[in-house]
Amino acid sequence: MAYSDKVIDHYNNPRNVGSMDKNSADVGTGLVGAPECGDVMKLQIKVNPETNVIEDAKFKTFGCGSAIASSSLATEWVKGKTIDEALTIKNTEIVKELSLPPVKIHCSVLAEDAIRAAIGDWKKKQTAEKPVAAEAK
Amino acid sequence: MSTDVKTPQVQTQPSQVDAKGIKLPIYMDNHATTPMDPRVLEEMLPYFMEKFGNAASRNHSFGWTAEEGVETARERIAKLVGATTKEIIFTSGATESDNLAIKGVAEMYREKGNHIITAVTEHKAVLDTCKRLEKYGYRVTYLPVQKDGLIDLDDLKRAMDDKTVLVTIMAANNEIGVLQPIAEIGKLCHERGVVFHTDATQAVGKVPIDVIKQNIDLASISGHKMYGPKGVGALYVRRKNPRVQISAIIDGGGHERGMRSGTLNVPGIVGLGKACAIASEDMPQESCKLAGLRNRLRDRIMGKLDEVYINGSMEHRLPGNLNISFAYVEGESLLMGINDIAVSSGSACTSATLEPSYVLKALGAGDDLAHSSIRFGIGRFNTEAEVDYVADRVIETVERLRELSPLYEMAKEGINLKDVKWAAE
Repeated sequence: MAYSDKVIDHYNNPRNVGSMDKNSADVGTGLVGAPECGDVMKLQIKVNPETNVIEDAKFKTFGCGSAIASSSLATEWVKGKTIDEALTIKNTEIVKELSLPPVKIHCSVLAEDAIRAAIGDWKKKQTAEKPVAAEAK
Repeated sequence: MSTDVKTPQVQTQPSQVDAKGIKLPIYMDNHATTPMDPRVLEEMLPYFMEKFGNAASRNHSFGWTAEEGVETARERIAKLVGATTKEIIFTSGATESDNLAIKGVAEMYREKGNHIITAVTEHKAVLDTCKRLEKYGYRVTYLPVQKDGLIDLDDLKRAMDDKTVLVTIMAANNEIGVLQPIAEIGKLCHERGVVFHTDATQAVGKVPIDVIKQNIDLASISGHKMYGPKGVGALYVRRKNPRVQISAIIDGGGHERGMRSGTLNVPGIVGLGKACAIASEDMPQESCKLAGLRNRLRDRIMGKLDEVYINGSMEHRLPGNLNISFAYVEGESLLMGINDIAVSSGSACTSATLEPSYVLKALGAGDDLAHSSIRFGIGRFNTEAEVDYVADRVIETVERLRELSPLYEMAKEGINLKDVKWAAE
Protein backbone atom coordinates (compact mmCIF):
# COMPACT_ATOMS: atom_id res chain seq x y z
CA MET A 1 0.00 0.00 0.00
CA ALA A 2 1.52 3.31 -1.04
CA TYR A 3 1.08 6.16 1.41
CA SER A 4 0.58 9.69 0.18
CA ASP A 5 3.44 12.10 0.82
CA LYS A 6 1.27 13.98 3.30
CA VAL A 7 0.58 10.87 5.36
CA ILE A 8 4.30 10.08 5.39
CA ASP A 9 5.05 13.66 6.42
CA HIS A 10 2.60 13.58 9.33
CA TYR A 11 3.95 10.21 10.38
CA ASN A 12 7.57 11.36 10.39
CA ASN A 13 6.82 14.85 11.72
CA PRO A 14 3.61 14.59 13.69
CA ARG A 15 2.21 17.92 14.76
CA ASN A 16 1.15 18.69 18.32
CA VAL A 17 2.01 15.38 19.98
CA GLY A 18 1.49 15.46 23.70
CA SER A 19 -0.93 15.79 26.56
CA MET A 20 -2.77 18.50 28.40
CA ASP A 21 -4.07 18.41 31.94
CA LYS A 22 -7.44 16.77 31.45
CA ASN A 23 -8.70 18.13 34.75
CA SER A 24 -8.21 21.71 33.68
CA ALA A 25 -11.43 23.66 33.15
CA ASP A 26 -10.55 24.89 29.69
CA VAL A 27 -9.35 21.51 28.34
CA GLY A 28 -11.61 19.14 26.45
CA THR A 29 -10.48 15.54 26.01
CA GLY A 30 -11.79 13.14 23.41
CA LEU A 31 -10.78 9.46 23.64
CA VAL A 32 -12.19 7.36 20.81
CA GLY A 33 -11.67 3.93 19.32
CA ALA A 34 -10.63 0.70 21.05
CA PRO A 35 -7.40 -1.31 21.28
CA GLU A 36 -9.14 -4.43 19.94
CA CYS A 37 -9.96 -2.48 16.79
CA GLY A 38 -6.37 -1.34 16.37
CA ASP A 39 -7.26 2.36 16.58
CA VAL A 40 -7.32 4.64 19.62
CA MET A 41 -7.10 8.42 19.37
CA LYS A 42 -6.82 10.90 22.20
CA LEU A 43 -7.37 14.46 21.08
CA GLN A 44 -7.28 17.39 23.50
CA ILE A 45 -8.19 21.03 22.99
CA LYS A 46 -7.54 24.11 25.07
CA VAL A 47 -10.31 26.63 24.59
CA ASN A 48 -10.38 30.28 25.46
CA PRO A 49 -13.61 30.54 27.50
CA GLU A 50 -14.29 34.11 26.41
CA THR A 51 -13.82 33.76 22.68
CA ASN A 52 -14.54 30.01 22.34
CA VAL A 53 -11.43 29.81 20.19
CA ILE A 54 -9.35 26.64 20.32
CA GLU A 55 -5.97 28.02 21.25
CA ASP A 56 -4.05 24.75 21.45
CA ALA A 57 -4.55 21.11 20.57
CA LYS A 58 -2.63 17.95 21.33
CA PHE A 59 -3.00 14.35 20.26
CA LYS A 60 -1.77 10.83 20.87
CA THR A 61 -2.73 7.91 18.66
CA PHE A 62 -2.37 4.12 18.70
CA GLY A 63 -3.01 3.11 15.11
CA CYS A 64 -1.65 2.86 11.60
CA GLY A 65 0.11 5.61 9.66
CA SER A 66 -3.19 6.88 8.26
CA ALA A 67 -4.69 7.09 11.74
CA ILE A 68 -1.68 8.97 13.07
CA ALA A 69 -1.78 11.35 10.10
CA SER A 70 -5.56 11.91 10.43
CA SER A 71 -5.33 12.85 14.09
CA SER A 72 -2.20 14.96 13.59
CA LEU A 73 -3.99 16.85 10.82
CA ALA A 74 -7.05 17.23 13.03
CA THR A 75 -5.02 19.07 15.68
CA GLU A 76 -3.61 21.36 13.00
CA TRP A 77 -7.04 22.18 11.66
CA VAL A 78 -8.80 22.86 14.96
CA LYS A 79 -6.17 25.28 16.22
CA GLY A 80 -7.33 28.86 15.76
CA LYS A 81 -10.93 27.84 15.02
CA THR A 82 -13.89 28.50 17.24
CA ILE A 83 -15.73 25.54 18.71
CA ASP A 84 -18.53 25.93 16.19
CA GLU A 85 -16.11 26.19 13.29
CA ALA A 86 -14.28 23.07 14.46
CA LEU A 87 -17.56 21.15 14.55
CA THR A 88 -17.91 21.68 10.80
CA ILE A 89 -14.75 19.68 10.03
CA LYS A 90 -15.80 16.63 8.02
CA ASN A 91 -13.93 13.34 7.69
CA THR A 92 -14.25 13.62 3.90
CA GLU A 93 -12.04 16.70 4.02
CA ILE A 94 -9.39 14.71 5.88
CA VAL A 95 -9.64 11.92 3.30
CA LYS A 96 -9.13 14.44 0.51
CA GLU A 97 -6.23 16.24 2.17
CA LEU A 98 -4.35 13.03 2.95
CA SER A 99 -5.44 11.12 -0.19
CA LEU A 100 -6.61 8.22 1.97
CA PRO A 101 -7.57 5.07 0.08
CA PRO A 102 -11.03 3.54 0.70
CA VAL A 103 -9.70 0.98 3.18
CA LYS A 104 -8.41 3.85 5.40
CA ILE A 105 -11.48 6.07 5.38
CA HIS A 106 -12.44 4.82 8.82
CA CYS A 107 -9.29 6.49 10.21
CA SER A 108 -10.62 9.88 9.12
CA VAL A 109 -14.00 9.08 10.64
CA LEU A 110 -12.33 8.34 13.94
CA ALA A 111 -10.44 11.65 13.78
CA GLU A 112 -13.70 13.53 13.22
CA ASP A 113 -15.18 11.63 16.17
CA ALA A 114 -12.18 12.60 18.27
CA ILE A 115 -12.70 16.30 17.53
CA ARG A 116 -16.37 16.05 18.46
CA ALA A 117 -15.62 14.07 21.59
CA ALA A 118 -13.07 16.66 22.74
CA ILE A 119 -15.50 19.49 22.09
CA GLY A 120 -18.30 17.57 23.78
CA ASP A 121 -16.14 17.03 26.84
CA TRP A 122 -15.21 20.71 27.03
CA LYS A 123 -18.85 21.74 26.67
CA LYS A 124 -19.88 19.41 29.47
CA LYS A 125 -17.34 21.07 31.73
CA GLN A 126 -18.66 24.54 30.86
CA THR A 127 -22.26 23.69 31.77
CA ALA A 128 -21.15 21.90 34.95
CA GLU A 129 -19.32 24.98 36.13
CA LYS A 130 -22.12 27.46 35.60
CA PRO A 131 -23.31 28.47 39.07
CA VAL A 132 -26.91 28.74 37.78
CA ALA A 133 -29.73 26.40 38.81
CA ALA A 134 -28.75 22.78 38.13
CA GLU A 135 -29.62 21.74 34.57
CA ALA A 136 -31.03 18.32 33.85
CA LYS A 137 -28.23 16.39 32.16
CA MET B 1 17.43 -17.43 -37.02
CA SER B 2 20.21 -16.42 -34.64
CA THR B 3 22.33 -19.24 -33.28
CA ASP B 4 24.07 -16.98 -30.84
CA VAL B 5 22.33 -17.59 -27.49
CA LYS B 6 23.49 -15.38 -24.66
CA THR B 7 23.38 -16.85 -21.19
CA PRO B 8 21.60 -14.26 -19.06
CA GLN B 9 23.66 -12.94 -16.17
CA VAL B 10 22.26 -13.25 -12.69
CA GLN B 11 21.95 -9.66 -11.61
CA THR B 12 21.52 -8.42 -8.11
CA GLN B 13 19.09 -5.55 -7.81
CA PRO B 14 20.64 -2.15 -7.36
CA SER B 15 20.09 -0.97 -3.79
CA GLN B 16 21.47 1.41 -1.24
CA VAL B 17 24.42 0.30 0.77
CA ASP B 18 24.88 1.94 4.12
CA ALA B 19 27.99 2.56 6.15
CA LYS B 20 28.12 -0.96 7.64
CA GLY B 21 27.95 -2.51 4.20
CA ILE B 22 24.34 -3.53 4.70
CA LYS B 23 22.25 -3.52 1.55
CA LEU B 24 18.93 -1.79 1.97
CA PRO B 25 16.11 -2.63 1.91
CA ILE B 26 16.66 -5.72 4.07
CA TYR B 27 14.48 -8.72 3.37
CA MET B 28 13.42 -10.50 6.52
CA ASP B 29 10.07 -11.93 5.42
CA ASN B 30 11.19 -15.42 4.42
CA HIS B 31 7.91 -17.03 5.42
CA ALA B 32 6.12 -15.06 2.71
CA THR B 33 8.63 -16.14 0.09
CA THR B 34 12.36 -16.57 -0.33
CA PRO B 35 14.89 -15.24 -2.82
CA MET B 36 16.05 -17.92 -5.21
CA ASP B 37 19.38 -19.50 -4.39
CA PRO B 38 21.76 -18.75 -7.29
CA ARG B 39 22.62 -22.45 -7.47
CA VAL B 40 18.94 -23.21 -8.09
CA LEU B 41 18.70 -20.69 -10.91
CA GLU B 42 21.81 -22.08 -12.51
CA GLU B 43 20.36 -25.59 -12.41
CA MET B 44 17.10 -24.41 -14.00
CA LEU B 45 18.43 -22.30 -16.87
CA PRO B 46 19.25 -25.01 -19.42
CA TYR B 47 15.66 -26.25 -19.20
CA PHE B 48 14.20 -23.08 -20.67
CA MET B 49 15.90 -22.93 -24.04
CA GLU B 50 18.07 -25.99 -24.57
CA LYS B 51 16.47 -28.85 -22.68
CA PHE B 52 13.01 -27.50 -23.32
CA GLY B 53 11.22 -30.72 -24.22
CA ASN B 54 7.93 -31.91 -22.80
CA ALA B 55 8.80 -34.53 -20.19
CA ALA B 56 5.89 -36.64 -21.48
CA SER B 57 7.24 -36.81 -25.04
CA ARG B 58 8.26 -40.46 -25.06
CA ASN B 59 9.58 -40.65 -28.55
CA HIS B 60 12.48 -38.30 -28.87
CA SER B 61 15.52 -37.05 -27.02
CA PHE B 62 14.00 -33.69 -26.21
CA GLY B 63 11.40 -35.47 -24.10
CA TRP B 64 13.86 -37.93 -22.61
CA THR B 65 16.24 -35.18 -21.55
CA ALA B 66 13.45 -33.25 -19.89
CA GLU B 67 12.21 -36.39 -18.22
CA GLU B 68 15.68 -37.06 -16.87
CA GLY B 69 15.73 -33.63 -15.29
CA VAL B 70 12.36 -34.29 -13.72
CA GLU B 71 13.32 -37.69 -12.36
CA THR B 72 16.53 -36.37 -10.84
CA ALA B 73 14.47 -33.71 -9.09
CA ARG B 74 11.98 -36.32 -7.94
CA GLU B 75 14.77 -38.33 -6.33
CA ARG B 76 16.12 -35.25 -4.56
CA ILE B 77 12.74 -34.37 -3.12
CA ALA B 78 12.06 -37.94 -2.06
CA LYS B 79 15.43 -38.09 -0.34
CA LEU B 80 14.79 -34.91 1.63
CA VAL B 81 11.59 -36.27 3.15
CA GLY B 82 12.47 -39.98 3.40
CA ALA B 83 10.11 -41.12 0.66
CA THR B 84 10.48 -43.19 -2.53
CA THR B 85 10.32 -41.53 -5.95
CA LYS B 86 7.01 -43.20 -6.79
CA GLU B 87 5.50 -41.31 -3.87
CA ILE B 88 6.28 -37.78 -5.10
CA ILE B 89 3.86 -35.98 -7.42
CA PHE B 90 4.48 -32.53 -8.82
CA THR B 91 1.95 -29.73 -8.55
CA SER B 92 1.81 -25.97 -9.06
CA GLY B 93 2.56 -25.30 -5.43
CA ALA B 94 1.57 -26.15 -1.88
CA THR B 95 -1.88 -24.60 -2.25
CA GLU B 96 -2.66 -27.06 -5.01
CA SER B 97 -1.05 -29.88 -3.03
CA ASP B 98 -3.26 -29.06 -0.04
CA ASN B 99 -6.34 -29.01 -2.26
CA LEU B 100 -5.37 -32.28 -3.89
CA ALA B 101 -4.60 -34.04 -0.62
CA ILE B 102 -7.76 -32.97 1.18
CA LYS B 103 -10.26 -33.17 -1.65
CA GLY B 104 -8.54 -36.24 -3.05
CA VAL B 105 -8.85 -38.16 0.22
CA ALA B 106 -12.37 -36.89 0.91
CA GLU B 107 -13.61 -38.16 -2.40
CA MET B 108 -11.70 -41.43 -2.43
CA TYR B 109 -12.76 -42.42 1.08
CA ARG B 110 -16.30 -41.08 1.02
CA GLU B 111 -17.81 -44.55 1.47
CA LYS B 112 -15.90 -44.86 4.71
CA GLY B 113 -16.90 -41.54 6.20
CA ASN B 114 -17.29 -37.82 5.86
CA HIS B 115 -15.49 -36.37 8.89
CA ILE B 116 -12.30 -34.34 8.64
CA ILE B 117 -10.23 -32.93 11.47
CA THR B 118 -7.99 -29.92 11.16
CA ALA B 119 -6.84 -27.01 13.36
CA VAL B 120 -7.85 -23.36 13.60
CA THR B 121 -4.32 -22.15 12.86
CA GLU B 122 -3.98 -23.83 9.46
CA HIS B 123 -3.14 -21.91 6.31
CA LYS B 124 -6.09 -20.68 4.26
CA ALA B 125 -5.24 -23.25 1.58
CA VAL B 126 -6.33 -25.89 4.09
CA LEU B 127 -9.09 -23.97 5.87
CA ASP B 128 -10.81 -22.76 2.72
CA THR B 129 -10.62 -26.23 1.19
CA CYS B 130 -12.26 -27.65 4.32
CA LYS B 131 -14.95 -24.96 4.16
CA ARG B 132 -15.73 -25.94 0.61
CA LEU B 133 -16.06 -29.58 1.64
CA GLU B 134 -18.46 -28.53 4.39
CA LYS B 135 -20.67 -27.09 1.66
CA TYR B 136 -20.68 -30.53 0.03
CA GLY B 137 -21.89 -32.12 3.26
CA TYR B 138 -18.63 -33.02 4.96
CA ARG B 139 -18.29 -32.48 8.70
CA VAL B 140 -15.13 -30.66 9.76
CA THR B 141 -13.74 -30.31 13.27
CA TYR B 142 -11.42 -27.35 13.77
CA LEU B 143 -9.25 -28.15 16.79
CA PRO B 144 -8.28 -25.23 19.01
CA VAL B 145 -4.68 -24.60 20.00
CA GLN B 146 -3.16 -23.95 23.38
CA LYS B 147 -1.50 -20.68 24.37
CA ASP B 148 1.77 -21.86 22.88
CA GLY B 149 0.15 -22.66 19.56
CA LEU B 150 0.29 -26.45 19.83
CA ILE B 151 -2.77 -28.67 19.53
CA ASP B 152 -3.71 -30.87 22.47
CA LEU B 153 -3.37 -34.53 21.46
CA ASP B 154 -6.24 -35.43 23.79
CA ASP B 155 -8.49 -33.03 21.88
CA LEU B 156 -7.52 -34.85 18.71
CA LYS B 157 -8.20 -38.27 20.22
CA ARG B 158 -11.63 -37.17 21.42
CA ALA B 159 -12.52 -35.67 18.08
CA MET B 160 -11.82 -38.83 16.10
CA ASP B 161 -14.79 -41.09 15.43
CA ASP B 162 -15.66 -43.95 13.08
CA LYS B 163 -16.53 -41.54 10.29
CA THR B 164 -13.19 -39.72 10.40
CA VAL B 165 -11.31 -40.17 7.15
CA LEU B 166 -8.67 -37.46 7.33
CA VAL B 167 -6.64 -35.46 9.79
CA THR B 168 -4.81 -32.48 8.31
CA ILE B 169 -2.41 -30.57 10.59
CA MET B 170 0.48 -28.42 9.40
CA ALA B 171 4.02 -29.31 10.39
CA ALA B 172 5.11 -25.68 10.92
CA ASN B 173 2.96 -22.56 11.12
CA ASN B 174 3.66 -19.76 8.67
CA GLU B 175 2.89 -16.94 11.11
CA ILE B 176 4.26 -18.09 14.45
CA GLY B 177 6.62 -20.82 13.27
CA VAL B 178 5.26 -23.31 15.78
CA LEU B 179 6.00 -27.00 15.14
CA GLN B 180 3.13 -29.42 15.79
CA PRO B 181 3.79 -32.91 17.25
CA ILE B 182 3.59 -34.55 13.82
CA ALA B 183 4.94 -38.00 14.74
CA GLU B 184 2.43 -38.38 17.59
CA ILE B 185 -0.45 -37.15 15.45
CA GLY B 186 0.52 -39.59 12.71
CA LYS B 187 0.73 -42.44 15.18
CA LEU B 188 -2.77 -41.71 16.50
CA CYS B 189 -4.09 -41.65 12.97
CA HIS B 190 -2.47 -44.91 11.96
CA GLU B 191 -3.78 -46.65 15.07
CA ARG B 192 -7.28 -45.66 14.01
CA GLY B 193 -6.93 -46.17 10.28
CA VAL B 194 -7.29 -42.45 9.53
CA VAL B 195 -5.28 -40.78 6.77
CA PHE B 196 -2.85 -38.11 7.97
CA HIS B 197 -1.94 -35.15 5.79
CA THR B 198 0.45 -32.44 6.81
CA ASP B 199 0.98 -29.10 5.09
CA ALA B 200 4.76 -29.14 5.35
CA THR B 201 5.31 -25.99 3.30
CA GLN B 202 7.20 -24.06 5.97
CA ALA B 203 8.92 -27.12 7.45
CA VAL B 204 10.55 -28.91 4.51
CA GLY B 205 14.14 -27.88 4.14
CA LYS B 206 14.14 -26.09 7.49
CA VAL B 207 13.56 -28.87 10.01
CA PRO B 208 13.94 -32.62 9.41
CA ILE B 209 10.86 -34.19 7.89
CA ASP B 210 10.79 -38.00 7.65
CA VAL B 211 7.54 -39.41 6.39
CA ILE B 212 8.26 -42.85 7.84
CA LYS B 213 9.46 -41.81 11.29
CA GLN B 214 6.74 -39.17 11.55
CA ASN B 215 3.93 -41.45 10.33
CA ILE B 216 2.92 -39.10 7.54
CA ASP B 217 0.63 -40.22 4.72
CA LEU B 218 0.51 -37.04 2.64
CA ALA B 219 2.72 -33.96 2.76
CA SER B 220 2.53 -30.69 0.83
CA ILE B 221 5.78 -29.10 -0.32
CA SER B 222 6.42 -25.66 -1.81
CA GLY B 223 9.30 -24.49 -3.98
CA HIS B 224 9.31 -20.81 -3.23
CA LYS B 225 9.54 -21.22 0.53
CA MET B 226 12.89 -22.95 0.25
CA TYR B 227 14.88 -20.72 -2.10
CA GLY B 228 13.34 -22.40 -5.13
CA PRO B 229 11.00 -21.07 -7.82
CA LYS B 230 7.42 -19.97 -7.41
CA GLY B 231 4.66 -21.86 -9.17
CA VAL B 232 5.87 -25.35 -8.35
CA GLY B 233 5.42 -27.74 -5.47
CA ALA B 234 4.94 -31.38 -4.69
CA LEU B 235 2.73 -33.78 -2.79
CA TYR B 236 4.05 -36.87 -1.04
CA VAL B 237 1.52 -39.74 -1.28
CA ARG B 238 2.29 -42.84 0.76
CA ARG B 239 2.31 -46.18 -1.03
CA LYS B 240 3.00 -48.60 1.81
CA ASN B 241 1.82 -49.23 5.32
CA PRO B 242 -0.79 -48.13 4.49
CA ARG B 243 -1.23 -47.48 0.80
CA VAL B 244 -3.04 -44.17 0.45
CA GLN B 245 -5.07 -43.33 -2.61
CA ILE B 246 -6.41 -39.97 -3.71
CA SER B 247 -8.80 -38.87 -6.44
CA ALA B 248 -7.32 -36.40 -8.86
CA ILE B 249 -8.74 -32.89 -8.90
CA ILE B 250 -7.33 -32.02 -12.29
CA ASP B 251 -8.19 -34.26 -15.22
CA GLY B 252 -6.53 -34.41 -18.59
CA GLY B 253 -4.14 -37.11 -19.63
CA GLY B 254 -3.35 -38.88 -16.39
CA HIS B 255 0.15 -37.57 -15.71
CA GLU B 256 1.83 -38.26 -12.36
CA ARG B 257 0.33 -41.75 -12.01
CA GLY B 258 -3.11 -40.42 -12.75
CA MET B 259 -3.01 -38.09 -9.76
CA ARG B 260 -2.19 -34.81 -11.45
CA SER B 261 -2.69 -34.19 -15.13
CA GLY B 262 -0.93 -31.44 -17.01
CA THR B 263 2.39 -30.90 -18.70
CA LEU B 264 5.10 -30.74 -16.10
CA ASN B 265 6.74 -27.43 -15.30
CA VAL B 266 10.15 -28.89 -16.03
CA PRO B 267 12.36 -25.88 -15.19
CA GLY B 268 10.37 -25.30 -12.00
CA ILE B 269 10.61 -28.94 -11.01
CA VAL B 270 14.34 -28.99 -11.67
CA GLY B 271 14.64 -25.90 -9.46
CA LEU B 272 12.59 -27.48 -6.69
CA GLY B 273 14.80 -30.56 -6.86
CA LYS B 274 17.97 -28.52 -6.59
CA ALA B 275 16.53 -26.55 -3.68
CA CYS B 276 15.85 -29.84 -1.91
CA ALA B 277 19.34 -31.15 -2.65
CA ILE B 278 20.86 -28.01 -1.15
CA ALA B 279 18.62 -28.32 1.90
CA SER B 280 19.56 -31.99 2.37
CA GLU B 281 23.20 -30.94 2.56
CA ASP B 282 22.98 -27.66 4.41
CA MET B 283 20.06 -28.07 6.80
CA PRO B 284 21.88 -28.99 9.99
CA GLN B 285 24.34 -26.07 9.96
CA GLU B 286 21.88 -23.70 8.43
CA SER B 287 19.17 -24.27 11.01
CA CYS B 288 21.73 -23.80 13.75
CA LYS B 289 22.88 -20.53 12.19
CA LEU B 290 19.32 -19.28 11.73
CA ALA B 291 18.39 -20.08 15.31
CA GLY B 292 21.46 -18.15 16.43
CA LEU B 293 20.48 -15.12 14.38
CA ARG B 294 16.87 -15.32 15.51
CA ASN B 295 17.85 -15.53 19.16
CA ARG B 296 20.22 -12.61 18.68
CA LEU B 297 17.38 -10.54 17.22
CA ARG B 298 15.07 -11.52 20.05
CA ASP B 299 17.59 -10.85 22.80
CA ARG B 300 18.64 -7.50 21.38
CA ILE B 301 15.04 -6.31 21.12
CA MET B 302 13.93 -7.65 24.47
CA GLY B 303 17.06 -6.32 26.12
CA LYS B 304 16.00 -2.76 25.33
CA LEU B 305 12.20 -2.82 25.32
CA ASP B 306 9.69 -3.79 27.97
CA GLU B 307 6.20 -5.20 27.42
CA VAL B 308 7.24 -7.23 24.42
CA TYR B 309 5.62 -10.67 24.01
CA ILE B 310 6.64 -13.60 21.88
CA ASN B 311 3.71 -15.31 20.19
CA GLY B 312 3.89 -19.10 20.20
CA SER B 313 6.18 -21.68 21.71
CA MET B 314 9.90 -20.84 21.58
CA GLU B 315 10.77 -24.48 22.17
CA HIS B 316 8.83 -25.99 19.26
CA ARG B 317 9.56 -23.43 16.60
CA LEU B 318 11.16 -22.93 13.21
CA PRO B 319 14.73 -21.73 13.70
CA GLY B 320 14.30 -18.55 11.65
CA ASN B 321 10.91 -17.39 12.93
CA LEU B 322 10.19 -14.70 15.48
CA ASN B 323 6.71 -13.30 16.02
CA ILE B 324 6.53 -10.54 18.62
CA SER B 325 3.87 -8.20 19.91
CA PHE B 326 4.94 -4.74 21.03
CA ALA B 327 2.33 -3.55 23.49
CA TYR B 328 0.79 -0.13 22.90
CA VAL B 329 2.16 0.15 19.38
CA GLU B 330 0.14 -0.73 16.28
CA GLY B 331 1.75 -3.06 13.74
CA GLU B 332 1.29 -1.10 10.54
CA SER B 333 2.63 2.10 12.04
CA LEU B 334 5.64 0.10 13.19
CA LEU B 335 6.18 -1.27 9.68
CA MET B 336 5.98 2.27 8.33
CA GLY B 337 8.72 3.32 10.69
CA ILE B 338 11.03 0.51 9.57
CA ASN B 339 10.25 0.91 5.90
CA ASP B 340 13.74 -0.11 4.83
CA ILE B 341 13.07 -3.57 6.28
CA ALA B 342 10.68 -6.13 4.82
CA VAL B 343 8.73 -8.02 7.50
CA SER B 344 5.01 -8.51 8.07
CA SER B 345 2.42 -7.85 10.73
CA GLY B 346 -0.65 -9.54 12.22
CA SER B 347 -2.38 -6.19 12.39
CA ALA B 348 -5.78 -5.76 10.82
CA CYS B 349 -4.56 -2.63 9.12
CA THR B 350 -2.15 -4.66 7.03
CA SER B 351 -4.73 -7.15 5.83
CA ALA B 352 -7.07 -6.57 2.95
CA THR B 353 -10.05 -7.54 5.05
CA LEU B 354 -9.22 -5.45 8.14
CA GLU B 355 -9.37 -8.64 10.22
CA PRO B 356 -6.47 -9.16 12.61
CA SER B 357 -4.48 -12.38 12.34
CA TYR B 358 -6.70 -15.37 13.11
CA VAL B 359 -3.63 -17.35 14.15
CA LEU B 360 -2.75 -14.87 16.87
CA LYS B 361 -6.37 -14.71 17.95
CA ALA B 362 -6.34 -18.48 18.32
CA LEU B 363 -3.49 -18.18 20.81
CA GLY B 364 -5.86 -16.20 23.00
CA ALA B 365 -3.62 -13.17 23.19
CA GLY B 366 -6.34 -10.63 22.50
CA ASP B 367 -6.93 -8.46 19.46
CA ASP B 368 -4.87 -5.59 20.76
CA LEU B 369 -1.72 -7.71 20.83
CA ALA B 370 -2.56 -9.15 17.40
CA HIS B 371 -2.65 -5.56 16.12
CA SER B 372 0.77 -4.99 17.66
CA SER B 373 2.56 -7.97 16.21
CA ILE B 374 5.44 -8.25 13.78
CA ARG B 375 6.60 -11.44 12.10
CA PHE B 376 10.32 -11.74 11.33
CA GLY B 377 11.40 -14.55 9.00
CA ILE B 378 15.18 -14.88 9.00
CA GLY B 379 16.59 -16.83 6.08
CA ARG B 380 19.66 -18.19 4.39
CA PHE B 381 20.88 -14.85 3.12
CA ASN B 382 20.42 -12.75 6.26
CA THR B 383 23.52 -11.69 8.17
CA GLU B 384 24.38 -10.78 11.72
CA ALA B 385 24.90 -7.15 10.72
CA GLU B 386 21.40 -7.10 9.25
CA VAL B 387 19.93 -8.60 12.41
CA ASP B 388 21.59 -5.93 14.56
CA TYR B 389 20.41 -3.17 12.24
CA VAL B 390 16.85 -4.50 12.26
CA ALA B 391 16.81 -4.84 16.05
CA ASP B 392 18.04 -1.27 16.52
CA ARG B 393 15.56 0.19 14.04
CA VAL B 394 12.71 -1.71 15.67
CA ILE B 395 13.73 -0.50 19.11
CA GLU B 396 13.97 3.14 18.08
CA THR B 397 10.66 3.02 16.19
CA VAL B 398 8.79 1.35 19.04
CA GLU B 399 10.15 3.92 21.48
CA ARG B 400 9.07 6.76 19.20
CA LEU B 401 5.61 5.32 18.65
CA ARG B 402 5.11 4.70 22.36
CA GLU B 403 5.67 8.41 22.90
CA LEU B 404 2.82 8.91 20.46
CA SER B 405 0.59 6.30 22.06
CA PRO B 406 -2.29 7.14 24.40
CA LEU B 407 -2.30 3.51 25.54
CA TYR B 408 1.31 3.63 26.66
CA GLU B 409 0.59 6.85 28.50
CA MET B 410 -2.41 5.32 30.26
CA ALA B 411 -0.46 2.19 31.15
CA LYS B 412 2.34 4.29 32.65
CA GLU B 413 -0.25 6.12 34.73
CA GLY B 414 -1.20 2.76 36.19
CA ILE B 415 -4.49 2.40 34.35
CA ASN B 416 -5.44 -1.18 33.51
CA LEU B 417 -6.46 -0.93 29.86
CA LYS B 418 -8.73 -3.94 30.22
CA ASP B 419 -10.87 -2.01 32.70
CA VAL B 420 -11.40 0.98 30.44
CA LYS B 421 -14.75 1.44 28.75
CA TRP B 422 -13.79 2.30 25.22
CA ALA B 423 -16.05 4.51 23.14
CA ALA B 424 -17.63 2.75 20.19
CA GLU B 425 -16.37 4.09 16.88
